[in-house]
Amino acid sequence: MKTKKKTASGGNRSEKRFNMALTASGGFIVVLLFAVFATLLAAAVASIKEFGLFFFIGKTWDSSTETFGALPFLVGTLCTSFLALLISIPFSIAISIFLGEYFKEGAVSTFLRSAVEVLAGIPSVIYGLWGLFLLMPAVRLLETQIGAPPHGVGIFTSSLILAIMIIPFSASIGREVITLVPGDLKEAAYSLGATRFEVIKNIIIPYARSGIIAGILLALGRAIGETMAVTMLIGNSNFLPTGIFSPANTMASVIANEFAEATGITASSLIYIALVLFFVTTVVNIIGTYVIQKVSIESSKEVT
Amino acid sequence: MFRDLARAISCAVISISIVLAAFCASAGDMELLGAGATFPQPLYSKMFDAYNQQYKVKINYQGIGSGGGINQLTKKTVDFGGTDAFMTAKELQAAGSPVLHIPTCLGAVVVTYNLPGSPKLNLTPEAIANIFLGNIKKWNDSRIVSANPNAKLPDLPITVVRRADSSGTTYIFTEYLTKVSGEWKSKLGTGKSVNWPAGSIGQKGNPGVAGYVKQTPGAVGYVELLYAIQNKMSYGSIKNKAGKFIEPTLKAVSAAANVKIPDDTNVSLTNTEAADGYPISGFTWLIFYKEQNYANRSKDRAEALAKMLLWAVNDGQKYVEPLQYAPLSKEAAAKANKIVRSMTYNGAPLFK
Repeated sequence: MKTKKKTASGGNRSEKRFNMALTASGGFIVVLLFAVFATLLAAAVASIKEFGLFFFIGKTWDSSTETFGALPFLVGTLCTSFLALLISIPFSIAISIFLGEYFKEGAVSTFLRSAVEVLAGIPSVIYGLWGLFLLMPAVRLLETQIGAPPHGVGIFTSSLILAIMIIPFSASIGREVITLVPGDLKEAAYSLGATRFEVIKNIIIPYARSGIIAGILLALGRAIGETMAVTMLIGNSNFLPTGIFSPANTMASVIANEFAEATGITASSLIYIALVLFFVTTVVNIIGTYVIQKVSIESSKEVT
Repeated sequence: MFRDLARAISCAVISISIVLAAFCASAGDMELLGAGATFPQPLYSKMFDAYNQQYKVKINYQGIGSGGGINQLTKKTVDFGGTDAFMTAKELQAAGSPVLHIPTCLGAVVVTYNLPGSPKLNLTPEAIANIFLGNIKKWNDSRIVSANPNAKLPDLPITVVRRADSSGTTYIFTEYLTKVSGEWKSKLGTGKSVNWPAGSIGQKGNPGVAGYVKQTPGAVGYVELLYAIQNKMSYGSIKNKAGKFIEPTLKAVSAAANVKIPDDTNVSLTNTEAADGYPISGFTWLIFYKEQNYANRSKDRAEALAKMLLWAVNDGQKYVEPLQYAPLSKEAAAKANKIVRSMTYNGAPLFK
């Protein structure tokens, strides 16, 4: 991305002041990020000292004996988010192609686009409630059909709700990169006799691939950190899950559940989890943003 | 549901606002600050509102959980805290100087279930412990049937639901089970959150547990009595130490406290000797420092706090029953009076 630099026409004080204000607020964001990191680190020190890296392989989370291992939560978070991702990918790609290629304009497109946006804006507690009243009985029915323990809550239910929550994110980014595909390319393909499906398969998808992946990565970041809806639907069991229908727990939901009453080493261990979560989501986001940047640079190169 | 959910998210925000409120209060009128247990919060809101109208002293109580209440008092950001569990020796040591506890009312925990026809069940301590340990897997297990010869118990798998967040409710429930079951004592023990057996479902807050039980045939869970009464849930009578099956009522809960109470009121009310007492109940306490001259507190403030506390265990008790909490027994109220009167400022008693 190119940033336009304007040299302040000498002596224009309001220009300078405006510049300073912008720099200050930009810098403030960076300071905030480091402040969050430092606070988490400081509060987690007691637990880091006590458990070190064994924290990541310990399977027991028991505040009465003060043994803390976060492996069940790591596994729970990874299982739910990746399963959610798997479920959401076909839908988000379909929606992005539909809105980015088939219905670019018109009433239908506007309506659909705003529907997707509304979906993205619904508070997660509402997703949780909806899941509790509709998804949970449905999953329980499915479980009784296939002979799994009929809990109704667990990894599968949470993944479903997460998938619904992240589809709008990957779909809207996917739509944007698909509309970025240069018209010349598509027209060239059509003029060679390609069908619409062939254009999508051979031109649009390959061209927009990295952008779509970036959207999926950003959605993953959201899935990893999602708290409320998952807490309501995962069953909050502090054990390694034994299957996709078994109740489990994620990093975010264990913090939400236990932090209010936690003291001493328990609180510190929860903050240790928060630190790991912070780290993981940051890395996922950085990778996602990096890929998007690369895509837009490439596309601007190719257009010119 | 929203109350508990909101609490979890805004915990950090609340602690900040408490600190902010502390600053505001020191500037303006007298306002006492308290924070802690959520279970007695509706009662405290009512009591403190009435107190404000009568004595013109504002009291701001934030329901952030027992652990939070102890934390905030120890950090000296509040004038008093609220807790469902007596402070542990470790917590008392961390507080620096002596902290006093006064009971304000009693809470009880009921075992609630979802069975066709909503039968009234009799539950023995052994049955409850084995259900929550995961040893009894079906409702028609002989250990449940033997106490309920007249009830039709289906061949339905039991789904155990328990609190996912740490809570005073869990503390009282596990304390009871620790007393009545050796296996429970060695495997899980007592705590605001314990290492529940695999396969049990955790839900957040009383509404979470209640909601899951209501939706799932065969589910069993535990919730506060107050919550179960308000939501008209079916719950079991429980066999007490005297061998009687006791239905949880406010009277039966108060009766459980008809026992000898030590001077610091640090007493467990689960499985007491009281013949008509419901066996799963416990006090909820207000906590405060014995020596009130700390962190630049004025004597006025200390006196206002002491007066309010004294009121809470005497005149204030009239608000307890209408809100469906179980009031203090005479003996408990007498001990609480004595404790409040032992508060000092600069070593001199606040009450002459």
